[in-house]
Amino acid sequence: MGTNTIFSINGPVITVRDTTDFSMLEMVYVGNKRLIGEVISTNTDFTTIQVYEETEGLGPGEPVVPSGGPMSVLLGPGILRNIFDGIERPLQDIAALSGSFIPQGASVPTLDEEKPWQITVTVKVGDEVSGGMIYATCPETPVIEHRLMVPPSLSGKVTFVAPDGAYRLNDCIVRIADGSGKEHELTLCQKWPIKVPRPVRERKPITMPLITGQRIIDTLFPIAKGGAAAIPGGFGTGKTMTQHQLAKWCDADLIIYIGCGERGNEMTQVLEEFGGLIDPKTGNKLTDRTVLIANTSNMPVAAREASIYTGITLAEYYRDMGYHVAIMADSTSRWAEALREISGRLEEMPAEEGFPAYLPSRLSEFYERAGYMVNLGGSEGSVTIIGAVSPQGADFSEPVTQNTKRFVRTFWALDKSLAYARHYPSINWNTSYSEYVDDLREWYDEHETAAFLECRRRISNLLQQESRLMEIVKLIGADVLPDDQKLIMEIAKVIRVGFLQQNAYHKDDTYVPLDKQLKMMQVILYLNDKCKEIVAREIPISMIVNTGLFEKVIKIKYDVPNDNLELFREYFTEIDETLSKIN
Amino acid sequence: MSVQFVGLKEINGSIVVLDDIPDLKFEEMVELKLDNGTTRTGRVVQVEGRRAAIQVFEGTRDLGLVGTVTKFTGHPMQIPLSKEILGRVLNGSGRPIDGLGDVYPEKYVDVNGKPMNPVRRVYPRNYINTGISAIDCLMTLIRGQKLPIFSGSGMQHNKLAVQIVRQAKISEQEGSNFCVVFAAMGVKNDVAEYFRASFAQSGVMDNVVMLLNLSNDPIIERILTPKCALSAAEYLAFEHNMHVLVVMTDMTSYAEALREFSSSKGEIPGRGGFPGYLYSDLASIYERAGIIEGSTGSVTQIPILTMPNDDITHPVPDLTGYITEGQIVLGRPLDQMGVYPPISILPSLSRLMKDGIGEGYTREDHSALANQLFASYAKVQEVRSLASVIGEEELSPIDKKYMAFGSYFEDHFIAQGFNDDRSIEQTLNLGWEILAMLPREELDRVDKEILDKYLPIKAEA
Repeated sequence: MGTNTIFSINGPVITVRDTTDFSMLEMVYVGNKRLIGEVISTNTDFTTIQVYEETEGLGPGEPVVPSGGPMSVLLGPGILRNIFDGIERPLQDIAALSGSFIPQGASVPTLDEEKPWQITVTVKVGDEVSGGMIYATCPETPVIEHRLMVPPSLSGKVTFVAPDGAYRLNDCIVRIADGSGKEHELTLCQKWPIKVPRPVRERKPITMPLITGQRIIDTLFPIAKGGAAAIPGGFGTGKTMTQHQLAKWCDADLIIYIGCGERGNEMTQVLEEFGGLIDPKTGNKLTDRTVLIANTSNMPVAAREASIYTGITLAEYYRDMGYHVAIMADSTSRWAEALREISGRLEEMPAEEGFPAYLPSRLSEFYERAGYMVNLGGSEGSVTIIGAVSPQGADFSEPVTQNTKRFVRTFWALDKSLAYARHYPSINWNTSYSEYVDDLREWYDEHETAAFLECRRRISNLLQQESRLMEIVKLIGADVLPDDQKLIMEIAKVIRVGFLQQNAYHKDDTYVPLDKQLKMMQVILYLNDKCKEIVAREIPISMIVNTGLFEKVIKIKYDVPNDNLELFREYFTEIDETLSKIN
Repeated sequence: MSVQFVGLKEINGSIVVLDDIPDLKFEEMVELKLDNGTTRTGRVVQVEGRRAAIQVFEGTRDLGLVGTVTKFTGHPMQIPLSKEILGRVLNGSGRPIDGLGDVYPEKYVDVNGKPMNPVRRVYPRNYINTGISAIDCLMTLIRGQKLPIFSGSGMQHNKLAVQIVRQAKISEQEGSNFCVVFAAMGVKNDVAEYFRASFAQSGVMDNVVMLLNLSNDPIIERILTPKCALSAAEYLAFEHNMHVLVVMTDMTSYAEALREFSSSKGEIPGRGGFPGYLYSDLASIYERAGIIEGSTGSVTQIPILTMPNDDITHPVPDLTGYITEGQIVLGRPLDQMGVYPPISILPSLSRLMKDGIGEGYTREDHSALANQLFASYAKVQEVRSLASVIGEEELSPIDKKYMAFGSYFEDHFIAQGFNDDRSIEQTLNLGWEILAMLPREELDRVDKEILDKYLPIKAEA
């Protein structure tokens, strides 16, 4: 094998001439600085490589060295609490090595190779093991136990186990002899190619919701564990804010937060905020269950494409241990644009809006990696994907939004006019949907009483009626409506302001447990029923409005603390008493 | 390395091609010497074996296939920097054009910069008091932020930018540590002159670096202008600990220059004919705002862009909005009603505002007040569109109050004089005063305690 050298350079794309040494999607080292790249096409004349770093200063004639395998990530303890770039290089270590700006060709080990981990080996010599079985555990953070698993392709008999104790990442702790008698050493880490989904035993139907503590999501448009959701919205509609809220409060065991082509300051904010926040379930820091992948918009574009795959591979690895993992991908549009950019450099024939024709298949490959699975090791785990979409010109008919819609079952459409009125979360209740409601019916009935979904149905019905009435009001004003319709408008306002709107900066309102959500709905619907009786007696609605009851109910979200739901009883009595005075 | 090559193979637009060059480097700088003795600079933009495509910054006019001598420098585009650049006027690629001689460099810096490591960024929290009510109260500017002004041709964005620069400086206690980098891209001569005169008038000229690429200057140089300006800004901020405000106008011209250059290279166009990498390219400019650990300086950006046909969904404002931390949108209707500054409140936003206001920064009621003003003003728009159908007379009494609130808010809160510098207290109190025009029950975004404390009691019942 002769030395391969760079022939041409165009932005992040380079070519090598007259070689057959490279295989498709192989990882390569490019140039004297050993920049990381990936083979994206190869024939006997030209091999084309996309480089995951800046190519400035690279010259033709510099060497290109194959690595022998596809683009992979290293999986092992030390992933949690870390912040990586798009190709799993720890940014903290890069900063320690080269200061505040990221240089070309920064080479640092992915995971700390020196740190000792307290290992408990769970297999004995003579045990038969197969891919996905757990052979050792160690506490990675106070909340997450890291379970070391036999690589999926391997099975055989254990021939050696090390005693429990402290080991470093590359120490051998278990040896396995496979069917042909060949011995394999198992350390604390393994590699996995990012573009290949990790195998599972079977996919299970979806039955459990991912509880987020956000009223409009949990109640109206729920997402399931193992499901996929999209949050499209123009700029300034609160995509990132919604993602942050979900990352903070949803009841997944682990969060992978991918900042894909977004702002640097936002990643800093996540780092700072999560470091200071306490997880309500475990009492530990939120960072203990979080991995951040930051490929900000000014970092190399090819690594932006990889960051999404890196994130999902990490998620699958933890799912295999039996955890429920949620991925926040902010934003998938930047990823699609990275595909477009590279495709343009390759002079491929563009399809819609200049995006490559394979955009839908790439999107579906990504979203299909979500799911509720029975793992090879027998445990159950899930990967939930929540992807933000940034449609160009806030136009939902553009290709990324439209194609994403086909592969997700929950769609939270963010609305510009709600955001302008500072109604957050600005999820539009008329255009959003969730197909999971029926799948989750059983769970809600079992855990929350059957009343929950009935309340949900009535609330969403009232909102529908309001939106129909709004069309009339827009034309002729609210004054001409009959009183029963005015009541619908008033109640819908209570729902919009008092229920759907949620204040992320209020200590109680930022996360609301399901019980309180149910009680709030019940109070609102009770108020609706009682007022309806009064209006039916032809008493003008203004008399009810003047009692201030509506305002009082709107303020429930602030006035009733999450840990004192007893207070709700007073609201029912007050509604009764106040309304009985009206005659 | 200073091997020189005589002759060119091909000239096409601003691109020249040379063959048979050993040891090429991607994006290295070249010098071209013409027959008539003048020199031009260029940059290698594409490499194929021993063939190089070079973009010539000053244009290819008068360049001949024979006779041109090309020298490859072996290093990327660099700009000479020292603290002396303050007070100087440079061209788009960083060369002095004020006749005061060369800058004696303390350091050469690669204009492309390097991405800031997110773990070393400091989250921006200190607000900048601009003295403009609409901005301070509703879209607070934070030090280290990138907050563009979206405007249209003929609106007063330049005046607003000057007012921000002038007033932001006055409220700054460490005044000597404050400086402005002004980058003009494809603007008219009078606009550049307006900025120069305004800076001189308010006595900040000694703390201003101006990089001028006027509308008749070569477009290739325009592509470099923001990169040079930001390299200078980063140098001043992170090596000399200064607070740098970067004003860049007009980003639309920049993007158009990029489009022209891209099409001359024969690249596949994306949306609106702009190259597919427009987002990444704009991000490499805007993301250079911020604060880093280990330095007390900061880079704050106010890019100005004119929306073609006032269309906010045009690719340039659209992509900009996705990268920057908010936007100040100027509105044509307000401008025509004579409101200055014509800031269209509803589509405007500052993303970093939430962490830089409130107790300890401005005042505890700030965020509640801002939310309520946004919500009430949004309601005004609904009422107005209703009024345009059924007539103002037919409105309900409460809707009429909204109408009155709306126009009073525009005339007294948004509108303010070019020399009117309001303190944050004044601004917030004014906000409450105007809110008091509405019945208290309508103020549903504010806690009771805050209302009791700040909402003025109306005289009439």
